[in-house]
Amino acid sequence: MKHIINCLVENQPGVLARIVGLISGRGYNIETLNVGPTADPTVSKMTIVVPGDTHVIAQVTHQLSKQVDVIEVVNMTNRRHLDRELILVRVATGNHLSRAEIVDLASLFSARVVAVQEDSVTIQMVGNQETVADFLRLLKPYEIIDISRSGVIAVGRDVVDHDAKR
Amino acid sequence: MKDKTADTTTDSAQPQKTGAQCVIDGLVHAGCEVLFGYPGGAVLDIFNCLYDAPFQFVLTRHEQGAVHMADGYARATGKPGCCLVTSGPGATNTVTGLATAYMDGIPLVCITGQVALNMIGNDAFQEADVIGITRPVTKHNFLVRDADELPDIIAKAFYIATTGKPGPVVIDIPKNIQKQKTAALPPASVTMRAYHPDMPINPAEIAQFSDLLNRAARPLLYVGGGAVSGDAAEVLSALAHKANIPVCTTLMAMGVFSDEDPLSLRMLGMHGSVAANYAVDHCDLLISVGARFDDRVTGKISAFASKATIVHIDIDRSSIGKSVRTDLGVHGYVKPVLEAVLPFVQAADHAEWIEQVQRWKERFPFTYPEQGDVIMPQYVIEQIDKVSKGQAVITTDVGQHQMWATQYFRYTRPRNFISSGGLGTMGFGLPACIGAQFGRPDALNVCITGDGGVQMNFQELVVAVEHQLPIVVVIINNGYLGMVRQWQELFYGRRYSGVMLSQHERAPNEHIPEATRYLPDFVMMAEAHGACARRVTRPEEVAPALAEAFASRKTWVIECIVSPEANVFPMIPPGSHVAEMINRTV
Repeated sequence: MKHIINCLVENQPGVLARIVGLISGRGYNIETLNVGPTADPTVSKMTIVVPGDTHVIAQVTHQLSKQVDVIEVVNMTNRRHLDRELILVRVATGNHLSRAEIVDLASLFSARVVAVQEDSVTIQMVGNQETVADFLRLLKPYEIIDISRSGVIAVGRDVVDHDAKR
Repeated sequence: MKDKTADTTTDSAQPQKTGAQCVIDGLVHAGCEVLFGYPGGAVLDIFNCLYDAPFQFVLTRHEQGAVHMADGYARATGKPGCCLVTSGPGATNTVTGLATAYMDGIPLVCITGQVALNMIGNDAFQEADVIGITRPVTKHNFLVRDADELPDIIAKAFYIATTGKPGPVVIDIPKNIQKQKTAALPPASVTMRAYHPDMPINPAEIAQFSDLLNRAARPLLYVGGGAVSGDAAEVLSALAHKANIPVCTTLMAMGVFSDEDPLSLRMLGMHGSVAANYAVDHCDLLISVGARFDDRVTGKISAFASKATIVHIDIDRSSIGKSVRTDLGVHGYVKPVLEAVLPFVQAADHAEWIEQVQRWKERFPFTYPEQGDVIMPQYVIEQIDKVSKGQAVITTDVGQHQMWATQYFRYTRPRNFISSGGLGTMGFGLPACIGAQFGRPDALNVCITGDGGVQMNFQELVVAVEHQLPIVVVIINNGYLGMVRQWQELFYGRRYSGVMLSQHERAPNEHIPEATRYLPDFVMMAEAHGACARRVTRPEEVAPALAEAFASRKTWVIECIVSPEANVFPMIPPGSHVAEMINRTV
């Protein structure tokens, strides 16, 4: 099973390499990894998607928590959360018929056509892991020329007691 | 990246000092007594300040020697070891030593020089990505980008190295930072947002733990290095005696529970005692005290302690449940955990269990084939124990002699057995012994080593000689890389490949045109380094040679020519269960 792990880290040079090295060095796989700043400029948030059973994920979580630069590790999969990934996918349109089909399919997923060329359309699609997988499955019959994926980001949905956290 | 040497602006009223001086002050502030190291272009400024430092500096002959000495010092004293090396090759030579300390949880602070910040990434002379290279083998590392941060980073490095599960920390200091002026001072205390080694003990875990212990019929304590670094010998003994719990230790914990205590089963694992391994197999409660279920301890994981409920006490949360199923994890330093549980533990005699364990101990002591004219290696270790009256602080290299050193010397105090456990680093013994001698000058420090391992850092012998250290190096010379040879004998049909250190019986593609003789001649080699040396070839010569060396207060090398194909038994083959134990005594 895939797990989404959110990791708050010190915003310092070398921290990304440390986290990636830790996970790969222990033989675990990273499916996607996304890093960005948070409201606090000294803190970065990493969202890491790691496939593995409960034992593997517990190890990854504990190993991450142990790092001197890691402030907090949360396995989002274990709690109420929203996750999203953005994909940009360029699909070949051999004829007008297939273009219409692809645009139609995109609209079913609330995806937008962001560029049109003579031979292709480029679609921007945002969704959770399942929806993105469904969309890509339905695109299978068409020729995908190029695809770029942002990797998953996630945010918790539980009510946070801000005072308690501090 | 900006070179801040030129444009630092600080309050001119503040006293200004260089980054290099900050390094010395930081080490003094951290209580450094002795610094091991080797100079080079990228640390010239630090060495310039070191000239006036109030602590001792020991020039080693190789950077690997410096790290192992700092490591040996740390293991012998419990204080953090300190070393200083230059950039590039100086730093890369420390990697094996850092990995050794990291695996065994030994507190070290290693300062490496680095090329100037504006040169980093340019493939400058003696540049290496030391932060990248050392990241997987250190607990943490720092690249200093501004001298203003330096005092704080040094204080943090010592804090990280010595708290939680201890470990090595590298501070990489670019040359321009060493020259940069700063008014920054060492901080009064260290606070780190993301690093909290002192987690409170969970009372619920203590309650469950005492409950399991009070209900157990056949409890067993399995004690590891965490009990040594956590200074838990006393409370461990109190717990064991209160409830009559037998105790076995790992290689890292030799002596933390006295081998002479009736409850001691000595070491467990691949070359541990039969009694310890039988006890693991039969116990109904296994209490791991700061041990990490290494594969050399567990053998076949699925069959390890298969009748037992497993309790694992560890300061390293990631260690709990990593290798084996754990029924109860108790997160915390072992000493406060054991202190917390002790009042809730009911006195018990576990008479039947103790009797059973006692029978195993009596029936299966460590034994070796009788020796004739040829010295048996085990006999040498026994004589070291006897002649030193069990008082020696033993360091070892890795292999057969290391295992015999656990079996035939009886350890009665913690920090008297110093050995590379996790990484299994050959070349560790001699420099570690020198480091231990600096840390405990009044102790009798004896390095038990092999003809293989000692050659890996022999150059450090001169450090012992020039500092007039009365260490005694005992080389168990069997002409082979003995442990590898033993595996080839047992598991590879006696095809001895790449293990001959002497000239006879080599594999066809290893043939060399050399008549049989002592090569290298360790006696000549030791004497060339200025040490006293003797070669002994007959059993009756062993004790007198040791007695002379132990009494002399000089640096000694004693080479014992021993039976070439002696094996370490008992042995549980790798990945096997205790039932598959090999225990040949003839």
